[in-house]
Amino acid sequence: MADDKDVLRDVWFGRIPTCFTLNQDEVTEREAEPYYLLLPRVSYLPLVTDKVKKHFLKVMKAEDVEEMWLEYEGTPLKWHYPIGVLFDLHASNTVLPWSITVHFKFFCPLVAKKLQYRDLLHCTSNSVIEAHFMSSIKEADALKHKSQVVNDMQKKDHKQLWMGLQNDKFDQFWAINRKLMEYPTEEGGFRYIPFRIYQTMSDRPFIQKLFRPVSPEGNVHTLGDLLKEMYPAALPNDGEQKRYQVVIHGIEPLLETPLQWLSEHLSHPDNFLHICVIPTPTD
Amino acid sequence: MPVSLLWAVDVYGRVYSLSTAGQQWEQCRDAQMEFKRVTAAQQCCWGIACDNNIYLNVHASDLPVRYQEETYENQRWNPVDGFSDRLLPSDRWQLSDVTGLQHQPLDNFRLPSSSWEWEGDWYVDENFEGEPTEKEGWSYAIDFPATYTKDKKWNSCVRRRRWLRYRRYKAMDTWAKIPSQQTTLPDPFSDISCGGWEINEEPRGRLSLWAVSLQGKVWFREGIYHHNPEGSLWEEVPLPGEVVQISCGPGDLVWAVLWEGQLIVREGIGRDCPKGTSWAMVDSPSPDVGATHVAVGVNVVWALTKDNKVWFRRGVNSHNPCGSGWISMVGEMIMINVGLNDQVLAIGSEDRAVYFRQGVTSSELSGKTWKVISVPRDGDRSHSSASSLVSDVESDTEKGSTDGASCIITSSSPESFVDAPTEHSDQPIETPKSRIPKVTSDSFISELVSDRGPGKTSREVRSAGPASVGPLDPQWSNVDLEEAQGQQAQTGAVVDTADTSSLSSVATFTLAMEDPYGVDEHPMWAWVSGGGCSVDSHTQLNWFNSMVQSVQSMSLSVTPAQTAAWRKQIFEQLSERTKREMDNFRHYEQAIEQSVWVKKGTMQWWRDWKPHKWIDVHFALEQFSGPEGNKDGILFIYYNFYEEKKYLHAFVNEVTILVPVLNDSKHSFAIYTPERTKQRWPIRLSAATELEMHDWLALLSVSCCDSRGIQGPPSKQAIWSITCKGDIFVSEPSLSLEAMPYPTPCDQMFWRQVGGHLRVVECNSIGIVWGIGYDHTAWVYTGGYGGGFFQGLASSTDNIYTQVDVKNVYIYENQRWNPVTGYTNRGLPTDRYMWSDASGLHECTKTNMKPPSPHWTWVSDWTIDYSVSGGTDKEGWQYAADFPASYHGHKTMKDFVRRRRWARKCKLTTTGPWQEVPPIPLSDVTILPCAAQSSVDVVPLWAISNKGDVLCRLGVTALTPAGSSWLHVGTDQPFKSISIGAASQVWAIARDGSAFYRGSVSSQSPAGDCWYHIPSPSKQKLKQVSVGRTSVYTVDENGNLWYRQGVTPSYPQGSSWEHISNNVRKVSAGPLDQVWIIADKVQGSHSLSCGTVCHRLGVQPLEPKGQSWDYGIGGGWDHITVRGNSMEPPRVHLPSLTERTPLPVRNTEINSSAVGC
Repeated sequence: MADDKDVLRDVWFGRIPTCFTLNQDEVTEREAEPYYLLLPRVSYLPLVTDKVKKHFLKVMKAEDVEEMWLEYEGTPLKWHYPIGVLFDLHASNTVLPWSITVHFKFFCPLVAKKLQYRDLLHCTSNSVIEAHFMSSIKEADALKHKSQVVNDMQKKDHKQLWMGLQNDKFDQFWAINRKLMEYPTEEGGFRYIPFRIYQTMSDRPFIQKLFRPVSPEGNVHTLGDLLKEMYPAALPNDGEQKRYQVVIHGIEPLLETPLQWLSEHLSHPDNFLHICVIPTPTD
Repeated sequence: MPVSLLWAVDVYGRVYSLSTAGQQWEQCRDAQMEFKRVTAAQQCCWGIACDNNIYLNVHASDLPVRYQEETYENQRWNPVDGFSDRLLPSDRWQLSDVTGLQHQPLDNFRLPSSSWEWEGDWYVDENFEGEPTEKEGWSYAIDFPATYTKDKKWNSCVRRRRWLRYRRYKAMDTWAKIPSQQTTLPDPFSDISCGGWEINEEPRGRLSLWAVSLQGKVWFREGIYHHNPEGSLWEEVPLPGEVVQISCGPGDLVWAVLWEGQLIVREGIGRDCPKGTSWAMVDSPSPDVGATHVAVGVNVVWALTKDNKVWFRRGVNSHNPCGSGWISMVGEMIMINVGLNDQVLAIGSEDRAVYFRQGVTSSELSGKTWKVISVPRDGDRSHSSASSLVSDVESDTEKGSTDGASCIITSSSPESFVDAPTEHSDQPIETPKSRIPKVTSDSFISELVSDRGPGKTSREVRSAGPASVGPLDPQWSNVDLEEAQGQQAQTGAVVDTADTSSLSSVATFTLAMEDPYGVDEHPMWAWVSGGGCSVDSHTQLNWFNSMVQSVQSMSLSVTPAQTAAWRKQIFEQLSERTKREMDNFRHYEQAIEQSVWVKKGTMQWWRDWKPHKWIDVHFALEQFSGPEGNKDGILFIYYNFYEEKKYLHAFVNEVTILVPVLNDSKHSFAIYTPERTKQRWPIRLSAATELEMHDWLALLSVSCCDSRGIQGPPSKQAIWSITCKGDIFVSEPSLSLEAMPYPTPCDQMFWRQVGGHLRVVECNSIGIVWGIGYDHTAWVYTGGYGGGFFQGLASSTDNIYTQVDVKNVYIYENQRWNPVTGYTNRGLPTDRYMWSDASGLHECTKTNMKPPSPHWTWVSDWTIDYSVSGGTDKEGWQYAADFPASYHGHKTMKDFVRRRRWARKCKLTTTGPWQEVPPIPLSDVTILPCAAQSSVDVVPLWAISNKGDVLCRLGVTALTPAGSSWLHVGTDQPFKSISIGAASQVWAIARDGSAFYRGSVSSQSPAGDCWYHIPSPSKQKLKQVSVGRTSVYTVDENGNLWYRQGVTPSYPQGSSWEHISNNVRKVSAGPLDQVWIIADKVQGSHSLSCGTVCHRLGVQPLEPKGQSWDYGIGGGWDHITVRGNSMEPPRVHLPSLTERTPLPVRNTEINSSAVGC
């Protein structure tokens, strides 16, 4: 029987084959070849698209280049969502590779309407992502351990978490992250489970509330319990066709999966359990 | 921690036990009658039944209780008859005890009680002091009494031989009556308490049992030990007053309560006098209210007073058994008991629930809070009010408070069954509180009566009672009868009062009907005993859950997380995801290039040049991806050499082992490479904190394993070894490890650590691995990896368990004799320290001695150790002419110095892939080394218990490596080492140093039939044996390694011992007949090492003894087993001189199948 530790590896080394193509409207000196890349599911787009940028800049004039931003079938991709979440949310059940359109100009009609996205698409440097990533970890630990673990860490430990993610160093990252995943056995889990539920059907960015891994009566809470409380519409009614898929890291765990286990094993490096609720494909 | 039992008696006299791993009280069904009180030890439970007899329940163990009876047959030579039983008038009896004073004919031996049976008939012992004798077992001497020899000499005038017969205790797991001595015991017992097992470990299983009679006298049971569980006789102990209750702790504490409410404390209890010498008086905790109950542990005394208040005695220890003062505690209790580890149990005066005192630790003996043990009793769920006779008896036990009181009579006098049961099955239930029988120091049955409400217990009730009762056992007093009938009347009365009862009681009633586990339905307890219950403040107990939760966790245990559907689903979907999203796209470029990753830190380094000392260095590990995607790294140590910055480096892929060396001053570890192993001079580094050291070790281990592509659990072929610190290391053998003529050099083997703490480990080639801890606990390997400091990723999660080990730390007290004062601790200036280690060179006092490392904690106080080789006197002293010399256990004229050894136990708690195999502690274990045909084939596994019994494990397969039970193999003497070869040949070493071969062991007869005595090499006492495919190797106490010559299939005992090597500590012969040892005094280029792994080179079928040694990792190694490695090396054909082939041709044909079996 495979070990639970293998899940961590599988989660970390999850890759999405992606085909980057340049937006038709960009002005190029010669035709831009599409660029193929394996994107780590747990990383963030600006961390992994340096090569893409370099590739397309070769065919463009410097004056035509503003910030690079990415879009999938008309949806701009937010830099601060993990790549896997973006894929599961927008491109589940589509043909691989994932086809992402690369933009270098902001005044295209698509974005002109949604200027509020500008901040979400525009990421000046990796330090912005680092700050975002670290604040997520701190927020998660506040929920899990009243911030005790993350506050007890040294600055270099924080750095090691970030460097681990940035350089795709599983061991480096987990050497520190395991401390964030510990809890007193007698309590049966974290104080609260750090989770975010995403949905495509709503304008709300995501659902995030307080939820404990164990009920006051001592019962273990499951994924189903969480959804029942947070998003009952996601659960199928009796005898009804399943309307929604509940996807984490590209898989659909059973609703009876204990939430604490999910939080320990299927959380992203930012220590949040990102859950995507997407409509079941009709075909 | 092994599963152990908490015993209790409910108010109806039913005996229950609760397992530390369990979640419900199990009724002791075989109890023929009701019990008043029980008192438990780990191996047995004593009780007073309602017939006032004492009963003993010895827990079944795979190790039978056997008692060896012996008698000597004596003969004298005369010229007419030769040797005959015609003795001189001044001689001894023809059949006598060993001294000759006691006449002991064979038919004088009787079984002591009906709980025993003979194992066989008398036979002659043919061993004499480790040597086989002639056929008839005679030993000869000049005269009685004299020195006997096994050979007849010209002047041998007398001879004798020993007859043996075994009897076996058969009344296991059942309540067996202790035969009473009617003459000396006029009045029945009312209280009983056992303990004292920590006073003296010899004889094995010794117990003190104290009893109180109804007249207030105290009795001590003599002669209880393992081979005589019932004890031999009662001895009255003189008293200053009349005792009502007594309590005996595991150590030397015995307290009793007097009728008048004071307490008495037994003084003078010790190793030589478990009964003690005198009583001291202690006043009741409260001046106005007398004490009613006392309970003692190792270092604690708890008491109750008549007002049910709880008291804790301050300042109690072995030197001051009386303590210094009382502290009032929270809670109102009716009965209190102290179990193992000074854990406290009590019964509440109001609710009659069993309470466990939480948070009792050695530093906080009074604990924190009372927590109620709320688990259901077995059968609670299947409760029904069926009216058939049989089921009613059972349902009575479950109904508890409703009609349980009548159960006392129904089952005590079987005739009354006929009438009693159906009467009350439909009757309403009264709220139980008012009917709780009160159990105090008096006999509880009579209290049942006196405690009940006025009018209900009168004799009139008896005649009016509805139940007509058949003839009664005369031992049952009328009191009991009254009880039952009163009960009947009472339940009848309830019908009337029900209407007028308050609304709340009605509500309670209906609630109780719907939910039989409602709060008011909980069992009512009268007595509890934790003397056999091994828990401490860290034990995870499932006793405190609410009913609902306990049911849930029970169902969880049926489908553990590993087999849960949701888990399977996640694994399946993740692998599908990999297929879907990655498998077809492997040719895509990775988004993140792998780069160098550096981790830096500061440490101290034991510098290479003289004078050696710790110097501050910077330490860095650089990791990078190698050319084929494999990970690699380099270690750097940056130091200053005369103001000049220098560095030392080592490639991670050259590191062969990382050894933690933790002591109380340094958190250090050693790094070896092949070069450093040759030098016997590792890189020694020390981190600032233990945590930092473990972080580095974990990181470096992962890095080393990555660079060698090793991950996951050890293979079945793995070589296991143990250091003298108890750390466990494992190495994956390369195919060419046993190759001829060019095997992999031993110093290139890579070792990685596995969590846990062991003294012995043994394995075989299908992955069955057993270990034995320092405390002799047996452990089986779970298939996991990591544990210990390997937190996180280098460790599996499913198979890692807590492991506890206990060992002794010794110091010596040294004294010199002088004519004025006799022995004093004022020695001569040249002498050793008065308190020292064994060598006398280092001062070790009771106060400055620390546990071996910060991982160990003290769990006992310093005690005199009497089990020193050479023997001791009554105070533990050993005498000698001078330091250092050979010591003996009695003083002679020539002795001027003496010493005694003090021992203190310390405990280590760690984690590792090991699960305990209770209950028998072991000293050696061996597993058939070769592969089985399938995973369900039974694999022979033999072991020696720490008392020297030979055991054979049944049901061991690759799937169930722990096996199922022990089969005891009879021997006439204790053993210490055992080994089974690939062809099921079993060899063993007895404690006296002689060897034995077990005949006719086969798969049909896994235990074989008899022992063949093999003389040991001349003047040597053997200590260890290892049997490979065909070869048999032994090591003797002087460090010689011996090979058994002339072993053939038709003559498996062989013919003689051939000396191979000296300075050998241990040997392991494997299924390829490969030979590995732990050797002492191996000279390296920089240093000498003791405890070094060595490999015998040149072992071939025609040259099984090999030629020379190759030296591997060490020193500090203590144990190795190569019995898992059955991989045949690739065959290499040597160029023959007549052949033209210029170079050796490597034949790549690999035969990795198991050999010869």
